[in-house]
Amino acid sequence: MTTPASTAAPAAAPAPVPKARFDWIPLALLGGLMAIGLPAIGSPSTWLALTVAGLAMGLIVFIIASGLTLVFGLMDVLNFGHGVFIALGAYIATTVLAAMSGFTASPLLGMNLVAVFAAMVAAMTLAGAVGWAFERVIVRPVYGLHLKQILITMGGMIVGEEIIKVIWGPLQIALPPPEALRGSVFIGDAAIEKLRLLAVVVGLAVFAAMGWVLARTKVGLLVRAGVQDREMVEALGYRVRRLFVGVFVTGSALAGLGGVLWGLYQQSVTPQIGAQVNVLIFIVIIIGGLGSTLGCFVGALLVGVLANYTGFLAPKVALFSTIGLMVAILLWRPRGLYPVTNR
Amino acid sequence: MSAPLLQLRGVHTHIGAYHILHGVDLDVPEGEVTMLLGRNGAGKTTTLRTIMGLWPASQGSVSFRGEGLAGLPVPDVAQRGIAYVPENMGIFTDLTVQENMLLAARGARHAAQIDRARLDWIFGLFPALQKFWLYPAGKLSGGQKQMLAVARAIVEPRALLLIDEPSKGLAPSIIQNLIRAFGELKRQRSTILLVEQNFLMARALGDRVAVMDHGRVVHSGPMSELAADEAMQQRLLGLSLGVHQ
Repeated sequence: MTTPASTAAPAAAPAPVPKARFDWIPLALLGGLMAIGLPAIGSPSTWLALTVAGLAMGLIVFIIASGLTLVFGLMDVLNFGHGVFIALGAYIATTVLAAMSGFTASPLLGMNLVAVFAAMVAAMTLAGAVGWAFERVIVRPVYGLHLKQILITMGGMIVGEEIIKVIWGPLQIALPPPEALRGSVFIGDAAIEKLRLLAVVVGLAVFAAMGWVLARTKVGLLVRAGVQDREMVEALGYRVRRLFVGVFVTGSALAGLGGVLWGLYQQSVTPQIGAQVNVLIFIVIIIGGLGSTLGCFVGALLVGVLANYTGFLAPKVALFSTIGLMVAILLWRPRGLYPVTNR
Repeated sequence: MSAPLLQLRGVHTHIGAYHILHGVDLDVPEGEVTMLLGRNGAGKTTTLRTIMGLWPASQGSVSFRGEGLAGLPVPDVAQRGIAYVPENMGIFTDLTVQENMLLAARGARHAAQIDRARLDWIFGLFPALQKFWLYPAGKLSGGQKQMLAVARAIVEPRALLLIDEPSKGLAPSIIQNLIRAFGELKRQRSTILLVEQNFLMARALGDRVAVMDHGRVVHSGPMSELAADEAMQQRLLGLSLGVHQ
């Protein structure tokens, strides 16, 4: 088939096209939650500290959950073993930061950041490598079999936790922040923990990088298309399974990175750290809309901010608040905040 | 007649417990438009999906340019030069028109790398796509989505186009646009296997026709022969092409 020049129509001046509207409502919901939080909490400085803490928590959860939502979107794989990569990342951080005690004990911020950066790189590398093996050995035999996926990936997480106990021991390990990252910075009367700011910076950087890859590269385009209609992407000549392995490994590496931040956030690590966060990340990806990165981002921020507000205002309902939020959002938008339309 | 570009022999396809194709024999000659007709449930869509490898054949052979396609993964079938437009169009609704086209242009990494001359030719066939180039595909009308689905299949040269019921659910004026566009492809000597229920379109475009019933091809031959024989139309399709004029 050729392209005849004779049939090419002259390029007409395009008529105005109605502008496609972005759905701002979920973001407005986040803004609304923060606005309601201010009078409810009363003190502006406390509100600011809680809001930053909530955003930091939300961004860590986003880092962890973003890979999982793409894994589900792309291949319909329910990976309940994602938590093991979080735990692995957190434990690797304990080892790397202990080994670099000269750096972490330094009062210089730059030296501290080198140690934290090294821990992040090591955690991402090892979590990504374990993720590759996890996909090959555990996930690949159960494509398309949801019940088996749930059972075997949960089993994989239990085995992973036991291996972590063998290597690092069953007891809680302290993960103190490096010297210059301890304490708070003050904005007016509000004390903002430095570690929270670090989490915010890293979280925003991951979101920006992920947004750039998904929006500006062909690989990102393939991921977004694959989440919508995997079969059609294959019919266009692309190997989705290879793409999926890449996304799985990246998601595992990001979970490892999230584990480092979560461990520093908690200042301690236990073998169950991944299982504890697992519930939260599933809530976030359901709220956001399965397979939606933007939904995952907004959902994670909503969960983080709400959990911090309720933890301060009514600690007894803090645990329920995130589940309540999920129920309310699903009643409003049954397919999540930003549903992937072809699913 | 030279060897057909695509040849199916004794193809059986099962979907779960259901036996859908019962030994399909079909030839698609190069440079011609072959219409695949038949009542609902006759196995037309299953035949296209079997050729693509989306539902693998359980028995029989599918050969393209003399090479067997059986057992090949779907991307490998596509990479041999076969484009597929499914019945549901397969548009990525969250992506823009431009992004949909970029995905179909396997050789391009960025929109600027899509063959400009070919794109102008496509815009000539489907002007709406130029107008809505940066618009989310999900916001297009049904007819525009179908145009995009076809445009995606021809954004790069392909040896064979498999198109499943492009006129389904579209207004008559849109169908006329599609007929004009397919007519242009036909003049280009494109090889097309087109599933269609709209007999006006079938007669306007088809060089050859294969009629399916109960998972088999029960008739094949020149389109002109079927178009001229109302008794045959009645027997094979249950109605006459004449009444659709």
